[in-house]
Amino acid sequence: MARITLDHIRHAYGPNPSSEKDYALREVDHEWEDGGAYALLGPSGCGKTTLLNIISGLLHPSHGRILFGGKDVTDLSTQERNIAQVFQFPVIYDTMTVYDNLAFPLRNRNVPEAEVDRRVRDMLEIIDLADWSNRKAQRLTADQKQKISLGRGLVRNDVNAILFDEPLTVIDPHMKWVLRSQLKRLHKQFGFTMVYVTHDQTEALTFADKVVVMFEGEIVQIGTPAELFERPRHTFVGYFIGSPGMNVLPARLEGSNAHVGAQAVALDHAPDVKAGDRIEIGIRPEFIRIGREGMPVRISRVEDIGRHRIVRAEFEGQPIAIVSAEGEDIPAEARISFDPSAVNIYANSWRIGAKV
Amino acid sequence: MEKTWNNKAWFLVTPVLLLVAFSAVIPLMTVVNYSVQDTFGNNEFFWAGTDWFVQMLHSSRFWDALVRNLIFSFVILLIEIPLGIFIALNMPKHGIGVPVCLVLMALPLLIPWNVVGTIWQVFGRVDIGLLGHALEAIGIDYNYVRNPSDAWATVILMDVWHWTSLVVLLCYAGLVSIPDAYYQAAKIDGASRWAVFRYIQLPKMKRVLLIAVLLRFMDSFMIYTEPFVVTGGGPGNSTTFLSIDLVKMAIGQFDLGPAAAMSIIYFLIILLMSWVFYTVMTSSDADA
Repeated sequence: MARITLDHIRHAYGPNPSSEKDYALREVDHEWEDGGAYALLGPSGCGKTTLLNIISGLLHPSHGRILFGGKDVTDLSTQERNIAQVFQFPVIYDTMTVYDNLAFPLRNRNVPEAEVDRRVRDMLEIIDLADWSNRKAQRLTADQKQKISLGRGLVRNDVNAILFDEPLTVIDPHMKWVLRSQLKRLHKQFGFTMVYVTHDQTEALTFADKVVVMFEGEIVQIGTPAELFERPRHTFVGYFIGSPGMNVLPARLEGSNAHVGAQAVALDHAPDVKAGDRIEIGIRPEFIRIGREGMPVRISRVEDIGRHRIVRAEFEGQPIAIVSAEGEDIPAEARISFDPSAVNIYANSWRIGAKV
Repeated sequence: MEKTWNNKAWFLVTPVLLLVAFSAVIPLMTVVNYSVQDTFGNNEFFWAGTDWFVQMLHSSRFWDALVRNLIFSFVILLIEIPLGIFIALNMPKHGIGVPVCLVLMALPLLIPWNVVGTIWQVFGRVDIGLLGHALEAIGIDYNYVRNPSDAWATVILMDVWHWTSLVVLLCYAGLVSIPDAYYQAAKIDGASRWAVFRYIQLPKMKRVLLIAVLLRFMDSFMIYTEPFVVTGGGPGNSTTFLSIDLVKMAIGQFDLGPAAAMSIIYFLIILLMSWVFYTVMTSSDADA
């Protein structure tokens, strides 16, 4: 168990990086608490896996240091760091039985055989493969294989941290849910630090205490799911989290009003911006009310997804999404109004405002 | 569902059947024909029944050649398979080294067999050959023309030089198909170098190794050109393998009947051995 400190980590895959563009990981400087459950969330190619591999020691960062519980481990190998990692696709040792697969990491570390047997049998129960222990691992289904991969990580209960690299991609939705709850339970039980890479926001939001959102090689926000939803620090976070994502509209500011096209949107404070900044306002579809009062919109489409409806409309020439409760009246000459406290102001894509 | 019978398939298969008939079945039948008859020339044939087969199976000449050939195949498999695996494991996986190594490895395979023989025939000569001359210069008494063990060493070395590349290329193909995640997982699991080889690399190479063993066994069991060019089967009969013996008998002595019988026995042995290899090696795959 350890606190993980990422001290000004930068990484470039090519030699001699000259510009910012050459870095797969631009600069990460953060401290992750012991026993926390962190989800690394971001689109493909944003540097999530790079960061994960740097933590596990499969990659050596071009710059910066990494510390476990205050001890510098930058130059230590994966084995010496005592890390468990589960990969996107199941890795199993084909020729071994399920039992031997789980025992493998323990036997490699010279754990006494009686202890190996106890821990492997426990783990077989947890991952629900006890009946399969003497089967060759080769012929199992993808989700059984991935359970073995998970089990091999979890069977070592003294690890500093367990890293997951999109481990549930190959699992079908129902099984995903089961495994996710099992992981959560195990996390509570053992209290290891857990870092979970995913591009699936539902997975990140349900799984983690803290979600780390990455975009183009940078961490743009670390926060609880509620923080990410209500106060996205970057327009990317607003757009990436939520379904549909936040509406981002170019605007001009005048005192405590934001002008979008010909319409004025009332704000609950007068934001402080520099002249020349590119100003946008962000509002989540959930905080827009549709009815007969407010600013005119032209509705292009209504998607009924069961719990609620998503109205796709055009507002001052900009596409906008609105969430409307099931059964709520959507008039033909629809008008919308924004909840002033839910409007976020962005200067050059980064959030500004009185409230944090 | 009702099975549909479609005779159009015959139209596509017949040309192949005809080709195989002309290239394999008909010549094989000619051999069968010779093996059960005797002739004194003039195209006159007499029925001989199984006489030639009985004679062949009681001939020490045949058994000696067979044992020599089995030893040869066994020795070259014992050298080429581990050596091929070892080289493949140490080949680069990225960068400019990959094409360089692949081309270097492919070179011996591109040389015609009789040229390989000629190269080694000259290479090993004591008077002008680099190898023979060098060995003599450092005081090793080496002469593949006179000494049977030197002849064997030369023929085996030549085969290793010629064919290890094939094993290397097959193994390398198996190795590069292993995703990086396996090696990373092994690191995380704290696996030793040996464990990585034993539990990741070897299982992934198993299929190609099966093919390598089969090909090398069949080829070495039928080897003719190279030892024929280098030693001509000598000194004495020391490097006379089955095919060399067969040619001596059929063309040198013109004993068509015994030669034909031997051909058929030879053919059956290869068929049987290949089947045994294949069954043994694939059955270990099937148990779960």
